[in-house]
Amino acid sequence: MALDKITRVSGRAVCVPGNDIDTDRIIPARFMKCVTFDGLGEFLFYDVRKNADGSDKPHPLNEPRFKGASILLSGMNFGCGSSREHAPQALQKHGFRAVIAEGFAEIFLGNSTTLGMPCVTASREDIARIAAAVEKDPTLAVVIDLVAKTVSFAGQSAPIAVRESARDALVNGRWDPIGELIEGASDASAIATKLQYMSA
Amino acid sequence: MAKTLFEKVWDAHTVRTLANGQTQLLIGTHLIHEVTSPQAFGMMRDLGLKVAMPHRTFATVDHIVPTDQVSEPYADPLADAMIKELRRSCKEFGITFFDRSTGKQGIVHIVGPEQGITQPGTTIACGDSHTSTHGAFGAIAFGIGTTQIRDVLATQTMALGRLKVRRIEVNGKLRPGVYAKDVILHIIATLGVNGGTGYAYEYAGEVFDRFSMEERMTVCNMSIEGGARAGYVNPDETTFSYLKGRPYSPKGAAWDSAVARWKAVASDPGCTYDDVVKINAADIAPTVTWGINPGQGVPITGTIPDPLKASSADERSSIEEALAYMKLKPGAPIKGTKIDVAFLGSCTNGRLSDFQEVARFLKGRKVAAGVKAIAVPGSQGVGLICAELGIDKVFRDAGFEWRSAGCSMCLAMNPDKLVGDQLCASSSNRNFKGRQGSPTGRTILMSPIMVAAAAVTGSVADAREVFGVSAN
Ligand code: SF4
Repeated sequence: MALDKITRVSGRAVCVPGNDIDTDRIIPARFMKCVTFDGLGEFLFYDVRKNADGSDKPHPLNEPRFKGASILLSGMNFGCGSSREHAPQALQKHGFRAVIAEGFAEIFLGNSTTLGMPCVTASREDIARIAAAVEKDPTLAVVIDLVAKTVSFAGQSAPIAVRESARDALVNGRWDPIGELIEGASDASAIATKLQYMSA
Repeated sequence: MAKTLFEKVWDAHTVRTLANGQTQLLIGTHLIHEVTSPQAFGMMRDLGLKVAMPHRTFATVDHIVPTDQVSEPYADPLADAMIKELRRSCKEFGITFFDRSTGKQGIVHIVGPEQGITQPGTTIACGDSHTSTHGAFGAIAFGIGTTQIRDVLATQTMALGRLKVRRIEVNGKLRPGVYAKDVILHIIATLGVNGGTGYAYEYAGEVFDRFSMEERMTVCNMSIEGGARAGYVNPDETTFSYLKGRPYSPKGAAWDSAVARWKAVASDPGCTYDDVVKINAADIAPTVTWGINPGQGVPITGTIPDPLKASSADERSSIEEALAYMKLKPGAPIKGTKIDVAFLGSCTNGRLSDFQEVARFLKGRKVAAGVKAIAVPGSQGVGLICAELGIDKVFRDAGFEWRSAGCSMCLAMNPDKLVGDQLCASSSNRNFKGRQGSPTGRTILMSPIMVAAAAVTGSVADAREVFGVSAN
């Protein structure tokens, strides 16, 4: 199965500020009662977006001007906590194609990459600059370039960092590793037969 | 060359280097549960894939099983459907399922060790971030996402970048009333919730040498709360005697050769670490959290931080956010904070020794009026032994509800939930906003004995005072 080569993500952006935004906040556990990931998008950030009666709380994702944003901006240690893939799935199903943050939790970064959703880091100052530009003009196009390792917006540009293994996988269209893993499966079973605990 | 346990296990399980530079790593043992695996089985069916090594995957149900209802169908139709889905998939693909009818069901991180499936020198993966628990045995254990569960099912391997290793040594003696939970809360408060990013933690030193397997599991369990993908303790005689005679442990001659292998897998003297952190055991106090991540902890004798005294703008805003959510007053002592619920259980502290230790002190005491207290054994096995020893009765007599095994109020995907802004003294591992089932529910993490102290006094309390723990 041929995968897209993800070299660039271009779209409108929205900032959900804060550090240590955990996956429980991205998708509360009660919405994980599902046997497929379809339909998770509407529960993204549910408890910080909605009151108990279902009405809206003030939240960037509830603002009409940010509707259709496909790039999320945030702070440090984004996606910490639970390993639930439901979190990046909910972001993707909601329409996000990439996340720019000051830093990411490991498992979240791995899960997102495997879904073809780049997680790139930028400095706090640069994220603040993008957020300010988007605040002024929400229709602004923000462009993440994974080859040049830059993000450009409103005629400006800033450097981004991406874990090299993730960048390679995305730009070369091998972000879902299943094909490669299957190729290595016979080598794997040869090693497994040598490990006593696996053959017993 | 001298190597760490991590390097030895990683090298022994390396299949090859993938095009993007990651390693294709053989996963010896795969554990699954009802919440994160049904979608993976769906992907397998869509792609027409078979399970590569069904005998190396083990399943159980824990996250959404009700702990107050044993017979099916469960009151929650979605929960019922998910459990049936797992049962169906295990049958279809030939996977061992520790279902409730087997008497071996429980939280996946309690069942693996209990059955002797978790062994030194192995690689383990599970679609749950607390898989690091299994590292207590000298295994390298990773929490993974659902697509990776698919990868492991289909190939018994996954793609992963190599981690660095940080050795965390805790030397000296813990003071009376200080437990393994305090050790890990202290480590996280010291190194930060993302201090472990990119690392596996090797826990060592005199305190870990003396710790039982259950105490080691409590610490390894919360490695992820410090940002570390994995955490482990080198295997020793304590490890071997725990494993001896368990259902999946090697038997006879195989046992002797396994022990020889397990001894050899421990980190070599003189090996190099990417980082070393040393902690003095005497500096660790009974620790409780005051905020909305597990790193926001203070000694029970401490005060709730004041944002005005923060050392940076960042710290100030995170304290403000936490205190606004927790409805706590800056500068006030954390001791004496009123609680509504006491929860004893979870994969951090739902093991036999946790209930045994609490029962010692709980005998003859009563849960304070107005406090809802629940005790949830981590597995059917734990529940059974507690019943044999009369521990369940001690809890019931004190006014705790005694439940059947599951994750229960740790993440509240089942009927056990906080209501409104209730405040819970909890032996679990996460105090995130909304974690315990109510979007405004509040959690204070602490050791089991501190949960018991909070339950009987109705507020966050120093267990050493409540139960008269003296210096000997
Ligand atoms: S007890 Fe809590 S942390 Fe542990 S596996 Fe269950 S839900 Fe996860």
